Amino acid sequence: MSIVDVRTPDPKRFIPGATGDWEVIIGMEVHAQVLSNSKLFSAASTEFGNAPNANVSLVDAAMPGMLPVINEECVRQAVRTGLGLKAKINHRSIFDRKNYFYPDLPQGYQISQYKDPIVGEGKIIISVGPDRQGQFEDVEIGIERLHLEQDAGKSMHDQHPSMSYVDLNRSGVALMEIVSKPDLRSSDEAKAYLTKLRSILRYLGTCDGNMDEGSMRADVNVSVRRPGEPFGTRCEIKNVNSIRFVGQAIEYEARRQIAIIEDGGVIDQETRLFDPNKGETRSMRSKEDAHDYRYFPDPDLLPLEFDDDFVEALKADLPELPDDKKERFVRDLGLSVYDASVLVSEKAIADYFEAVAEGRDGKIAANWVINDLLGALNKAGKTIEETPVSPAQLGGIIDLIKDGTISGKIAKDLFEILWNEGGDPAELVESRGMKQVTDTGAIEKAVDEIIAANPDQVEKAKAKPSLAGWFVGQVMKATGGKANPQAVQALVKSKLGIEE
Amino acid sequence: MTELTSLTIAEARAKLSAKEITSVELTDAYIAAIEAANETINAYVDVTPEQAREMARASDARIAAGKAGPLEGIPLGIKDLFATEGVHTQACSHILDGFKPRYESTVTRNLWNDGAVMLGKLNMDEFAMGSSNESSYYGPVKNPWRAKGSNLDLVPGGSSGGSAAAVAAHLCAGATATDTGGSIRQPAAFTGTVGIKPTYGRCSRFGIVAFASSLDQAGPIARDVRDAAILLKSMASVDPKDTTSVDLPVPDYAASIGQSIKGMKIGIPKEYRVEGMPEEIEALWQQGIAWLKDAGAEIVDISLPHTQYALPAYYIVAPAEASSNLARYDGVRYGLRVDGKDIVDMYEKTRAAGFGREVKRRIMIGTYVLSAGYYDAYYLRAQKVRTLIKRDFELAFQAGVDAILTPATPSSAFGIADEDLAADPVKMYLNDIFTVTVNMAGLPGIAVPGGLDHKGLPLGLQLIGKPFEEETLFKTAHVIEQAAGRFTPAKWW
Repeated sequence: MSIVDVRTPDPKRFIPGATGDWEVIIGMEVHAQVLSNSKLFSAASTEFGNAPNANVSLVDAAMPGMLPVINEECVRQAVRTGLGLKAKINHRSIFDRKNYFYPDLPQGYQISQYKDPIVGEGKIIISVGPDRQGQFEDVEIGIERLHLEQDAGKSMHDQHPSMSYVDLNRSGVALMEIVSKPDLRSSDEAKAYLTKLRSILRYLGTCDGNMDEGSMRADVNVSVRRPGEPFGTRCEIKNVNSIRFVGQAIEYEARRQIAIIEDGGVIDQETRLFDPNKGETRSMRSKEDAHDYRYFPDPDLLPLEFDDDFVEALKADLPELPDDKKERFVRDLGLSVYDASVLVSEKAIADYFEAVAEGRDGKIAANWVINDLLGALNKAGKTIEETPVSPAQLGGIIDLIKDGTISGKIAKDLFEILWNEGGDPAELVESRGMKQVTDTGAIEKAVDEIIAANPDQVEKAKAKPSLAGWFVGQVMKATGGKANPQAVQALVKSKLGIEE
Repeated sequence: MTELTSLTIAEARAKLSAKEITSVELTDAYIAAIEAANETINAYVDVTPEQAREMARASDARIAAGKAGPLEGIPLGIKDLFATEGVHTQACSHILDGFKPRYESTVTRNLWNDGAVMLGKLNMDEFAMGSSNESSYYGPVKNPWRAKGSNLDLVPGGSSGGSAAAVAAHLCAGATATDTGGSIRQPAAFTGTVGIKPTYGRCSRFGIVAFASSLDQAGPIARDVRDAAILLKSMASVDPKDTTSVDLPVPDYAASIGQSIKGMKIGIPKEYRVEGMPEEIEALWQQGIAWLKDAGAEIVDISLPHTQYALPAYYIVAPAEASSNLARYDGVRYGLRVDGKDIVDMYEKTRAAGFGREVKRRIMIGTYVLSAGYYDAYYLRAQKVRTLIKRDFELAFQAGVDAILTPATPSSAFGIADEDLAADPVKMYLNDIFTVTVNMAGLPGIAVPGGLDHKGLPLGLQLIGKPFEEETLFKTAHVIEQAAGRFTPAKWW
C-alpha cells in the first residue's frame, strides 16, 4: 500500500518545539468487538462477565480435530459496518492464519484476514472544535480497511503464587479491526475520530463501543515531522482503552519524539504501551523483536464469498447514521447545525431527542434537551442512559407550556421537581398549584397595585417604553410566577398608555 | 484366520441378516484374532473388547428387531487419527499421551449410526507423517506379507499402516484410514488390500486430527472393492461442522460394481513412467492396461506435464499447513506436558519430548517455507504448481478421459529399518510420487491389487477419477480385481 498525504499542513495544529514547529501524524487501528450472540467460528456465547471458561467450545479450546465454521451474523455485522463507513465491500475475502505461541491463544494461531479483507477503503467525517469563535471544522479521514479476526483469551497472573491462569471466554470472539489512513494531525482529531467511529458503530448496532469493558480498543500509530516533509518513523502505542487516554498518549508520544529528534537522535520503530497512571508511553518491543507471523490462508476455511443481493439486503435495512440524521434535523426540523451536531453525537441522545420532538416543535424540543437535560446530566455527571427525566416527562413539560397551563419559568421549576422526585408533569402542576394565572381580573389587580405603588417608575416608563419590562417583572414576582406573562405584558402596556 | 474372520463385509452382512451368525460371534472371533496376532503385527495401539462386545450385542438386538443399519454388526478398526469418544485418540504421538476426547469424529459417528462395531484404534505414522508406519510412537507395524523364503519383517506402508495390516491379516473386517499424500493407497498397495481416497470434501474432517487440512481426506481400506464401496457409502457425508465438506448426495457405490466399462476412456499418463522404475512395475501397468482393454475400455495416452513438480510442491504445502496445525500441541491444555522454568521453556521441552523426528522435520520445513522473505519463493510458488497440476487433470478429463490408470507405488513393500531410507528422508518421500498429485488436485484415487512381484509381494494399481465420480473408480477397479484376483498373505504370525 502506498501512503498518500491528503492533508495540508495547518499551523493551528502544529506543536512548537525548541527548534521550530512540528506536525504530528496519527493513524489508528481500532479493534471493535462485533455484537453477536456467538463467536466468530464457534457457537460459544459471547456474553460479558460470565465465570472464567464458561463460554468455551471445543473449537475455542483448540481440541484436536476441531474445525472453525464461520458465523454468518458476524459477516453481516462487518458488512453493515463497512456500509456505515461508506467503504468498498469485498465480495470475496480470505481468512488467514497469524501464527504465534501464547497461552491464551489455544490454536497457536489467530484466524484473521491479511491480504484480502472483507471491507476496503472508506471514510469518516469528523468534526473538530469548537474553536474560539465557536466554529466546528469538518475533516474527512480515510479508512484503509476493515477485517474480521478472532480475539484471544486472557492470561491472569494474579490468581496463584507461581502459576498463570487462562480464561478463554473471549477466545474466538469476533473483532473488527478498523484501520484508518494516517490522516489525523492532532490529538483532538484522534479523539474526534474515535468518538465518531464509536458513534457510527453504536448507530449500526455492530459494536457496543464500551471501551471500559474492552469491547473497543485502539492501537495508535504516531510519528512527527517538520510540516510538509515526508512522514517520520512511527511508533505504535498498543491497546489504549479510553478516548481520553488516546489524547494523552498522543500528546506525550509526539513530544517525546520531538525531543529525541531535536536532541539529534532518531526514532526507533517500536511498539509502546501507555501507562495511564504516569501519563507516559514506554517501550514494549522493538522492530527486531517483532514476530514473524507466517501468515497463510487458513486451509480449514473456504474463501468468504457473497453476492450483491446479500449486501443490498443489508444496505436496505441500515439504520440512519449520524451524518444523515444531522442533515435531516437541520433540513426538516429547522435546527441549527450546532444543535443538530450535539444531538446526533450519541445515538442515545438522538433517540431521546426524537422521542421528545415527536409531534412537538423540534426547536423547542432541541432547546430543552440540549440546555436543560444535557446541562443537568453534565452537572450531575450522568450519562443519557442514566437520566432521571424520561422523554415522556420532558415532552409533558413542553406540552404544558404550549397549552398555556404553565409559564416557561414555572416549567424550569417543574423540570427540577421531575429530576429530583419524578412523577407526572400534569399531576404535579395540579397538585402543587403551579398553574399559570390567566384570570385577567386577578392579574389586573396586581398590575394596578404595582402601578399605584410606583408613581416615579410610571413617569419614567412613559418617557422610555422599554421600562415596561420592569413592571412585568414586578407583577410576575407578586403572583409567584404563575401569571401568564403575555397577559401581564399587555395589561401593563395598556395601563401605562404605551403603544404596542 | 478363522472362518468368521475370513468373511468379507458383504459376506458377513448376508450371514448376519440371515441370522446364520451373530455380531457377538463375529466380534469375538476378531478379538481372539487380535489377541493372538497383535503382539507380533502391532496393528492396534488400543483394543476395546468390552466396548466392541457391547456394540455387537446392540447390533444383534437391532438385527433381531429388523432395524439393521447398512453396517450392522460389522467389526471395524479405526485409525488413531479419528476422535473416538472416551477412547485412545493420540495420532500415535507421544505429545497426545493419555488424550481421550469427549467428542466423536463425524466419519466414525456415521459408521456407528450405520451399526458398525469398533474393535479398537489402529497404529499409524505419528500425525500421519510417514510412508512406512515407522514414525509411530507405538513402534512399527509389521506387514503380514513376507517375501518368499524370507523372514525379514517388511513395512506395511504408511501412514495408515495399522489399518492396512489389520485388514490384510484379518484383524478387522475393514478399517478407516486417511490420505494426505498417499497414506491410504500406498499401504493398501503394500498389503494387497483395496484403499480409496475419495474426492476432497466427500468425507467430513471434523474430529480427525489435522495434518495438512487442504489435503487430508478420510477413506476406507478393505479386503476387496465391494467392501471399500460399502464402507465409503457410510463414511461419506456433508457436515455443517466442516465447511470444506461438500453437499452432494452420497451414491450407493456398491451398485456400480459389476457395471460395464465398455467404451470408457482410460488415460495413461506418460509422465508416470519415472526413471529407475522397476520393470515389474512397468509390467504390472501394462497388464492393467490389457485387462481394461479386454473389458472394452479405450486406452489413450495422455500428458500431465506438471507431474514432476508435484512431489516437491507437496513437501512444501503439507509441512506448511502441518507446522501451523500442530502449534496447538503446546502442553497447556491436554496431552503431554514437560515442566519448564517458564512458559516458553515449558513449550520447548514439551514439544522437544513430545514430537518424533519426522514430525519435527516437517514442522521445521513448514515454518521455514512460511517465513517472511521465503513465503513467495516456496509456499506461494507451490500453490501455483498445485493449480497447474489441477489444470493438467482438468484438461485430460475435458478431452474425454473418464479415469486415469497408473501404478500405485514405485516398488513393493520394503524392510523395516531400511538403512538407505533412514539415511535419506527424500528417498522415503519418493514413495508418494504416484499418489501426491491426486491430493494436490483434490481428486479421488483408488489402489487395487494387480498381482505379486517376483518376491511374492503385492503390487497395486491406481485409478484416478473426476471429482465426486468415485463410482467410476469402483466399477473400473472391480474389473481389475476380477482379472487379477484377490490376495491374502500366508499366516506366519
